[in-house]
Amino acid sequence: MYQYDEYDEVLVRERVSEFRDQVARRLSGDLSEEEFLPLRLQNGLYNQKHAYMLRVAIPYGVLSSAQLRMLAHIARRYDRGYGHFTTRQNIQYNWIKLEEAPDILQELATVQMHAIQTSGNCVRNITTEQFAGVAADEILDPRPLAEILRQWSTLNPEFAFLPRKFKIALSASKEDRAAVRMHDVGVYMHLNAAGQKVLRVFAGGGLGRTPILSSQIRDDLPWQHLLSYVEAILRVYNRYGRRDNKYKARIKILVKALGVDAFAAEVEQEWLHLKDGPSTLTEDEYERVAHFFRQERYEQVDAHDPTFERQLADNKRFAQWVKRNVREHKVPGYASVTLSTKPGAGVPPGDVTAEQMEHIAAWADEFGLGEIRIAHEQNVILPDVRLRDLHALWYRAVAQNLATPNLGLLTDIIACPGGDYCSLANARSLPIAESIARRFDDLDFLCDLGELSLNISGCINACGHHHMGNIGVLGVDKDGEEWYQVTIGGAQGNESALGKVIGPSFRAEEMPGVIERLVETYCQVRVEGEAFIDTLARVGAEPFKANVYHHAV
Amino acid sequence: MPKIIRINAGVPQVMDDDWELVRAAELASACEPHRKIVPLSYFRSMLEEHRPSNIQAVWISPDDDFESLVPELRSMKVIAVDFPTFRDGRGYSVATLLRSRYQWDGELRAIGDVLRDQLNYMRRCGFDSFAVRADKDIDDAIKSFNHYSVKYQGAVDDPLPLFRRRGGL
Ligand code: HEM
Ligand code: SF4
Repeated sequence: MYQYDEYDEVLVRERVSEFRDQVARRLSGDLSEEEFLPLRLQNGLYNQKHAYMLRVAIPYGVLSSAQLRMLAHIARRYDRGYGHFTTRQNIQYNWIKLEEAPDILQELATVQMHAIQTSGNCVRNITTEQFAGVAADEILDPRPLAEILRQWSTLNPEFAFLPRKFKIALSASKEDRAAVRMHDVGVYMHLNAAGQKVLRVFAGGGLGRTPILSSQIRDDLPWQHLLSYVEAILRVYNRYGRRDNKYKARIKILVKALGVDAFAAEVEQEWLHLKDGPSTLTEDEYERVAHFFRQERYEQVDAHDPTFERQLADNKRFAQWVKRNVREHKVPGYASVTLSTKPGAGVPPGDVTAEQMEHIAAWADEFGLGEIRIAHEQNVILPDVRLRDLHALWYRAVAQNLATPNLGLLTDIIACPGGDYCSLANARSLPIAESIARRFDDLDFLCDLGELSLNISGCINACGHHHMGNIGVLGVDKDGEEWYQVTIGGAQGNESALGKVIGPSFRAEEMPGVIERLVETYCQVRVEGEAFIDTLARVGAEPFKANVYHHAV
Repeated sequence: MPKIIRINAGVPQVMDDDWELVRAAELASACEPHRKIVPLSYFRSMLEEHRPSNIQAVWISPDDDFESLVPELRSMKVIAVDFPTFRDGRGYSVATLLRSRYQWDGELRAIGDVLRDQLNYMRRCGFDSFAVRADKDIDDAIKSFNHYSVKYQGAVDDPLPLFRRRGGL
């Protein structure tokens, strides 16, 4: 993975000392809360319901084992012994003291980590997919360009006070696993007919109050122009994005107001001034960065390991886990393992204890190449595990409650922290996730249902991506009471779609029943081998609504 | 006399401000423009009415279309860019354009809600003088310029991104 050189090290340390000074000035009263707010947000610090919350950056979701151990240490020393992995591939700590935040950042800096721009109206953490570099369907490795963008956006002086937050995602595989089209800017890398690396650029996506999938504004952009093109987009947005209304300030509103073609033309015109300037990327820089991501420690092993095949045959539960949570790797004899953070009722999706983090770090060293990934589904990935070690890993993951074979199934729930932690929430999301997980605890039944995503957000901000879930649940407030609105038909991936509301909202205690009715309808009308989302596309929402509301009255 | 920070030969210094900022166009019309920074809108109205003007300095609001007046702005001694609130980042792009696209090489001043923690960003976008908000301690604010020695990306202060210098390229 990327290794800091002297420049990166110094910058992160300079940031820590600047923030220490800002916190001191806040505590002494030199800075008002209003003045401090954007400064602390750009250092990942929120003021939440119970305490401060710190969001630590995990650039493009990649961690080393040493970094994960540090995250465990922070959880223990400064929080209550756990952390929360998010849909933005970051980690959040919920019980932080303002006075200690600079010390945490200082400790993080020792392992090349930081919380720079994990919040605030600036370019946020760059995301990509969790299998970058190892996916068998990968056309190119998106990580070098993600790192190049990370550096370019870090403390970029022109774009630190944008109208609103700004999120960029990259994908370079056949299948989009990075939810690219719900980002402010999304980039698909591919090879054109001449075999050159080119970029297909989308803009104007985002969830929240006005969910919109982004539109293509450029195709066939040579990769060397990534930075100048993104700069052109950001300059147009910075100058013309709305600032009068926080809810209309995202780039998606500008793209919609101007129309995609007019927006693209503005960007193109701006870009003509920047094209071929000093920020044009060089082959040397690409190679320098790409070099860090090239994994040279793979062993030459057989694609078929007889011991592994025997273990598969002998142990049904192991085989079930391999089938669901283990993925094909591009190097023969290796696989990628997803450790589910959703073992069922009792554990909020994405929550991982310090002890579990330490175990995962140890497994990454013992069975992998010392690397860990975070998925936007809030799971933890060991990207490079030898087939012959899978059984030993599984055994240990079971003991740590991290081996639930539910990847992509109904209980692989994405949920935001909701009303339990978040001061913006209209309703709690974690108890809903819990009650659904409790109702659907029969694994065989879940496996039979197949791929079905369920996403829950505690308010319209959509941190749980509810619009993108095959089933989405949104917490709403009605006269001070918690209600839940249900959408169906959302999807991520190449066929991204936004879900549609099925009708009036429900009380918390009705939710497991509602999900049951939806699943029941699916089971009644599906044809052999058809996924939930495809059945819905074929028969429409009516049978689902009829069943849900027939039972509700 | 009010104080400003000005970058002199690369070194930020606190000094007396020998310009007076005139916020409203009505006030601008009532005074001699000598050593006054007047609104761009006022300057524009003078030009439109073909009235002789010896305006030497203007300030631009982020809503102003300054680009249509670039040729006329070249005769100024000072161009100031207003930050109606420190959260409004349009001024950074305005400054970047003035310096890089329109080659403005005279004094470029940040006015309005100009606070200590934004000064370094402003400097990187090409501002070389800073009218720090009056209720803030300017001798305290000037300390903020030396927090950073590393700059990843090119900006007005140094258009070469770090990657063109890394590894002695
Ligand atoms: C607990 C503290 C949190 C606060 C105060 C918060 C705040 C917000 C707000 C205000 C928005 C709407 C922004 C807009 O549409 O302009 C938002 C969107 C979002 N947040 Fe959070 N959030 C929090 C936690 C999280 C967590 C835990 C996750 C991941 C699990 C997350 C991921 C997201 C995502 C993915 C979006 C939607 C992005 C989009 O609209 O493009 N946030 N958040
Ligand atoms: S969706 Fe709402 S409740 Fe959930 S974390 Fe985001 S802001 Fe908080």
